[in-house]
Amino acid sequence: MSFLEYAPAPESRAILNLEDSYGLFIGGELTDGHGEPLESISPADGSRIATFQTADADDVDRAVGAARRAYDTVWSKMPGAERAKYLFRIARIVQERARELAVAESLDNGKPIKETRDFDVPTAAAWFFYYAGWADKLEYAGLTNPRALGVAAQVIPWNFPLMMLAWKIAPALAAGNTVVLKPAQTTPLTALLFAEIVQQADLPAGVVNIIAGAGETGHALIAHGDVDKVAFTGSTAVGRSIARSVAGTKKKLTLELGGKGANIVFDDAPIDQAVEGVVTGIFFNQGQVCCAGSRLLIQESAHDEFVERLQRRMETLRVGDPLDKNTDVGAINSAAQLARIEELTAAGVDEGAVSWAPECDLPDEGFWFRPTLLTGVSTSHRVAREEIFGPVLSVMTFRTPAEAIAKANNTPYGLSAGIWSDKGSRVLSVADKLRAGVVWTNTFNKFDPTSPFGGYRESGYGREGGRPGLTSYLADEKGSAK
Amino acid sequence: MSRLQIPKTYKQFIGGKFPRSESGRTYRVTSAEGEFVANAAQSSRKDARDAVTAARSAFAAWSGATSYNRVQVLYRIAEVLEGRRTQFIDEIRTLEGGSAASAAAQVDRAIDLWVWYAGWADKYAQVLGSANPVAGPYFNLSVPEPTGVVAQIAPQGSDSLLGLVAVIAPAIVSGNTVVVIADERAPLPAISFAEVVATSDVPDGVVNILTGSATELGPWLASHADVDALDLTGAGSLDWVALEEAAAETITRVVRPTGDLHGSLQKIAVFTETKTIWHTTSLI
Repeated sequence: MSFLEYAPAPESRAILNLEDSYGLFIGGELTDGHGEPLESISPADGSRIATFQTADADDVDRAVGAARRAYDTVWSKMPGAERAKYLFRIARIVQERARELAVAESLDNGKPIKETRDFDVPTAAAWFFYYAGWADKLEYAGLTNPRALGVAAQVIPWNFPLMMLAWKIAPALAAGNTVVLKPAQTTPLTALLFAEIVQQADLPAGVVNIIAGAGETGHALIAHGDVDKVAFTGSTAVGRSIARSVAGTKKKLTLELGGKGANIVFDDAPIDQAVEGVVTGIFFNQGQVCCAGSRLLIQESAHDEFVERLQRRMETLRVGDPLDKNTDVGAINSAAQLARIEELTAAGVDEGAVSWAPECDLPDEGFWFRPTLLTGVSTSHRVAREEIFGPVLSVMTFRTPAEAIAKANNTPYGLSAGIWSDKGSRVLSVADKLRAGVVWTNTFNKFDPTSPFGGYRESGYGREGGRPGLTSYLADEKGSAK
Repeated sequence: MSRLQIPKTYKQFIGGKFPRSESGRTYRVTSAEGEFVANAAQSSRKDARDAVTAARSAFAAWSGATSYNRVQVLYRIAEVLEGRRTQFIDEIRTLEGGSAASAAAQVDRAIDLWVWYAGWADKYAQVLGSANPVAGPYFNLSVPEPTGVVAQIAPQGSDSLLGLVAVIAPAIVSGNTVVVIADERAPLPAISFAEVVATSDVPDGVVNILTGSATELGPWLASHADVDALDLTGAGSLDWVALEEAAAETITRVVRPTGDLHGSLQKIAVFTETKTIWHTTSLI
């Protein structure tokens, strides 16, 4: 038995007490939805988790109506200090039910329990805790006369279902808005568990409404005439259509879209940390991260040694059961996503890249993709330009800092970037010249509710986190939309 | 016998130069009473694209200039504006009508607004940025950076100088470069303003001014992939919804029409991007 062969250590599902079917959470209670119901499955083995009723246009109207009533009659009149207390309550209940939420998330999304337990759920709780304290301090947000916007329509992706929910709901409520949130089609489970948390916190009915559904539900929601704010996290393609749909309205819009982040490794980098950081950058959450470091730029003189050490490290990644506490890389979220990863990776090989992946057994059922390295990638390859959103790292080289900066910025996106170097002045200088909303130096994929997150260019606009994350949900003194 | 005046040829301002429209087109600019005043350049799609190219070329140096340098360059514009005060008053009176006092009031407001914005160049990052107390061993800093190339439609039909200043100043103070469509009816103060810019140490291409029809030029700028932000402040009377829709294609940031000409820090903020940098503090 090598040191890599661990005994299975699955987290128990006994902590879950799931319903067979979930309705729409509107006006403080679960109600029937009239759209086509959807079955959520575990991407790790294809097994059914539960049925989720979805919202048709009338249901969307009902949800927005409930949010509007709650805004007009309760939430907009409540002192900020009272709103704060509700948000602190929610943060505490998320913490109390953390293990249950982590198991549910790993089951529904396919990501390792290690991540949901240590990252997704604690970060979600932290987001509520941070924004709770803002609710009675809006006058410090940097606006002359900050006011809530009204009803926020929020559409979130499947890669961090509960965490994205927290990123959306916490600042919206702190700023005094009410919300209608649509979780992703493939990952509605934790959002409906969150509805229970909202009930346990005794939040006034209609302040938070959660409606499951596919793309058409999302479009009906953001296009609803009584919505004042639209917040979307997802693909750039959908972001475009949302920006078009919101054009000409008074709706304030924030978009957090795709990325093709560059992780730049200089030849003087702290190499052990850099290898770890590159692995975290692309294999965290199976690479299904908008800010993933999916383009590795290595200084030419360090390329061979670095790739060799990276491969050695990748051979120790444990791919398999998301609920196993030793798992590093879990399942791909859906068949559709797996197909896209396979298609793009094959295109990379067709265009001349060399593909390498560690030997590892993949489960027979479910959606799986090996952690993959593509070397010999050139900037014109599709795998250097398009977001793969999977555990696939495209490796390129550079000679000078100027070339690294030019290559890193050579993308229509601008969400994230990483810099690995022991030379402080070089790190500062390169960070200064990267056109990206988040730059990690000698680290990667770190998130915090106090730290603004969001993109340049086609990665979207507006910020989540910190004070900018709050003002995304406030009107300024003139009441102009954006 | 009285001396014959020398009328000025009003052209566009692109990349620090004053070219005619490549289309060869001009249009009649008339006084408030309807009398002929000048033939202004009627900018074309090609001119708009040239202006975007000039603005893009100027972005790296202008956004990379020190903030103290930008303050001084912008303040210098106010100095030169002040020296041409009478000229602007005359142009505004001729084109917009009204009393000398109201024209003077507009010019004074424009100059004072410019000075107000100039002083923000070395302060906005302090006020909008932050040091973020993250839960870990990281030095975490957020700084606002200029968005890039901003296409702007200046207010149309009134306040030809003040409206122009009210859109240009908050955009360039942070380091953006701009392509502005001047007030179609009264473009002369805009071109005189361009002469001020050209003689005020502002690098070529930071400010580019087109004259002609915002209805014609707006769609080209809105859909241009190298335009990062679209300022529709003065587009209230146009079909601005189509412009916002066109801008969606490349996720261009859009400021909807307000007609509001007051100075505000938020107007600087909308043309900035927050960059957050995490520095590891645990590798020792």
